[in-house]
Amino acid sequence: MAFQDTDTGRPGAAPDPSPGNRGDGATPAIELRGISKSFGPVQANKDIAIRVMPGTIHGIIGENGAGKSTLMSILYGFYKADAGEIRIHGKQTAIPDSQAAISAGIGMVFQHFKLVENFTVLENVVLGAEDGALLRPSLAKARKLLKQLSDEYELHVEPDAKIEDLGVGMQQRVEILKALYRQADILILDEPTGVLTPAEADHLFRILDGLKREGKTIILITHKLREIMETTDTVSVMRRGEMTATVRTADTSPEELAELMVGRKVLLRVDKTAAQPGAPVLQVEDLRVVDSQGVERLRGVSLDVRRGEILGIAGVAGNGQSELLEVLGGMREGQGRVLVNGEPIDLTGTRSDARTRRRRGIGHVPEDRQREGLIMNFYAWENVAFGYHDDPAYNRGPLMDQAAIRADTEAKIAKFDVRPANAWQEARNFSGGNQQKIVIARELERNPDLLLVGQPTRGVDIGAIEFIHEQIVALRDQGKAILLVSVELDEIMSLSDRIAVMFDGRLMGERLPSETDERELGLMMAGISDTGGDHDIAEVERNLAHPSGDPHKES
Amino acid sequence: MDFLTVIQILDSTVRLAIPLLFACLAGLFSERAGIVDIGLEGKMLVAAFFSAAVAALTGSVWLGLLAGIAAALIFALIHGLASITFRGDQLISGVAINFLASGMTVLIAQDWFSQGGRTPSLSGTGRFNSIDLPGANALEAAHAAAESPGMGLSAIYWELLSGHTILVYVGFLAVPITWWVLFRTRFGLRLRAVGENPGAVDTAGVSVVRLRYAAVLICGLLSGLAGAYLATGLAAGFTRDMTAGRGYIALAALIFAKWRPVYALGACLLFGFLQAVSNRFNVIDLGLIEIPNAFVLALPYILTVVILAGFVGKAIPPRAGGQPYVKER
Repeated sequence: MAFQDTDTGRPGAAPDPSPGNRGDGATPAIELRGISKSFGPVQANKDIAIRVMPGTIHGIIGENGAGKSTLMSILYGFYKADAGEIRIHGKQTAIPDSQAAISAGIGMVFQHFKLVENFTVLENVVLGAEDGALLRPSLAKARKLLKQLSDEYELHVEPDAKIEDLGVGMQQRVEILKALYRQADILILDEPTGVLTPAEADHLFRILDGLKREGKTIILITHKLREIMETTDTVSVMRRGEMTATVRTADTSPEELAELMVGRKVLLRVDKTAAQPGAPVLQVEDLRVVDSQGVERLRGVSLDVRRGEILGIAGVAGNGQSELLEVLGGMREGQGRVLVNGEPIDLTGTRSDARTRRRRGIGHVPEDRQREGLIMNFYAWENVAFGYHDDPAYNRGPLMDQAAIRADTEAKIAKFDVRPANAWQEARNFSGGNQQKIVIARELERNPDLLLVGQPTRGVDIGAIEFIHEQIVALRDQGKAILLVSVELDEIMSLSDRIAVMFDGRLMGERLPSETDERELGLMMAGISDTGGDHDIAEVERNLAHPSGDPHKES
Repeated sequence: MDFLTVIQILDSTVRLAIPLLFACLAGLFSERAGIVDIGLEGKMLVAAFFSAAVAALTGSVWLGLLAGIAAALIFALIHGLASITFRGDQLISGVAINFLASGMTVLIAQDWFSQGGRTPSLSGTGRFNSIDLPGANALEAAHAAAESPGMGLSAIYWELLSGHTILVYVGFLAVPITWWVLFRTRFGLRLRAVGENPGAVDTAGVSVVRLRYAAVLICGLLSGLAGAYLATGLAAGFTRDMTAGRGYIALAALIFAKWRPVYALGACLLFGFLQAVSNRFNVIDLGLIEIPNAFVLALPYILTVVILAGFVGKAIPPRAGGQPYVKER
């Protein structure tokens, strides 16, 4: 279990005067110096330096593609840095692989959990850290230790439960337990709250606080400013592979951090006027969907969306939102009654397909742009034509009018500020934000009466988020109806004119954004409708541990 | 059909099930680790050839066995190299191995022995001979002498249990050992984990590549035993394409067994039984209808399709099966 120790022993090295570290003069738990890493021509990390003091929570904030994940991969031995050094408790440490990271006391909680689904909690905790060739003694020891840890840090999990039967909040706790079982004293969490309800996230932060009090060092990677402000002691900001600032959290503000992240002033709230809703465009009555496994995914959903308003659907991933979009978008069959502009649409049969839906004035920005929205190996202009390739404007006789498509693509690229402005670039080579702009441009420019939008800003940088939100609001202001599905509660709160919360295939109720808050919505997302009363985390988790859930859109 | 006939069919079931069982357990190790192995057939075939060839040349079946296992291990390494190190398509690699084995064995056999692509017939120490359990012969003699009904049951001992080669007993022993290794040892836990989620294994600080190679090599060892048994135990020498699709039937048995060792035993015995029945009878007369033996031979495949279609519970293969592991976050 020895890790490579190449301490050069530089006692005279001057301490880095970076701000915000508690206990000046002490040895940092973890220190990075001059870390650089490039992938071909792309410089993912450039001369990164961080010092994190023991017993503190350090935040790393940055947009998608800013290089946070690369940095953490270097720390966990997934990538080798081109240059720079890592010091753990003052000792220079080489981390060639995950084993070395674990030996150095680093534990990592990945955004997508690294758990074996059909193993028990205990087996997952023990995996890779067994004491001997036989399992029984290791499992017995782990059971005891787990009990201790769960009492100490509110990390309650059933040791014999299978991972696939647990909700995401509990799965995350298993990941934390895995790290603690390996005696990690530096815990890195990558976007830990992406899949949690607000109540679960609060619980997580309480756990982290407890760990911090025990002297553990925690690095929290996130793009959520609020989390940084509420939980961290110090924060580093990354932009385009560089560390642009490290500050004491108490000395900064969300606005300043956002500006440091993006490099310019950003609007944190969506600027929009009150909705002027008109006649209903979409009326859904008792919509039901049964999936191929025979599980009911939608259990009688009724809603309507009127002209000039945005209806936001909040919910934890896997509670039927995806299926709702898929049925309305013509990608899945269902039962019930759906009217568009007062006329029913087919939910089964040959006329329930996406093409027919588009003819009826429904635009669809699917949740997963890489699998459903775009063909990644195809050029931007080919992607712009998809779904509308039978448009007479794109065709000349039996042949496609490629010149016309390209001209149209160039117009859309210009209007939606897609960068680089190159119709001949393959979809995969655009950044997430620009890929999404291509999809949005394709659907919005068709002037649909009803726009279905799923996760419009997932994996999209702040600049593009602003732009996409503006476009959606602009479409609303033209009197179109918009059905928005997002797992980002912030997005739902700021964009929607009405909010419906979905849980386990049902709508828990509707709220007006001005009359609700994250707490109430969070409880509804966990299937609790009596939001006035007191609810503890255990109740939330019991409700969310629904084994039938299929968060396939998350992975 | 008298009792002795039933026992004889069961006896033949055991013989025919053993190569399937070895191959099925071989596939189980490989697939549990996430490496789909359609090349079982090819590995069995090279093992059959080299075991028979070396046994014929040296007169020692044990040297033959070693040669057969070595050949299967080399083929397993080729599959490992293609699918683990170079992250190639596991199906293509497996199919290539089958073609290579089928062509290569006949070619070398012709070059070495000039007997039309077969090895000389093995006899004496060149073959695995049957082991008689203590008292079996005496019981059989007693049975032949006295026609008492009670003596009939003794056939279970002297015909069914006794009189098999050592590899048959090894094969049956391999089942509980496999179960124990998979579910009671650290290696087994890691092996199962790497077939379900290699990312979890990797981030736990365990080498995915090493584990998968280990699995592929165990697969080579067991398919080597399967092939060697075929050529030096069941038959007396190698003949062209003598595996005759057993590698595929073993894969079918693996699915049928839902990737579990004990079920694998059951599946292989069932498929072996079907083969034994079709070998014994040309037509099975059920009174009202007559079933041709070809249908019985096809039953393993039909049953597998039924299983795959989900009629008899769900068969969930290891989740990472067939996918090369690429480190990523």
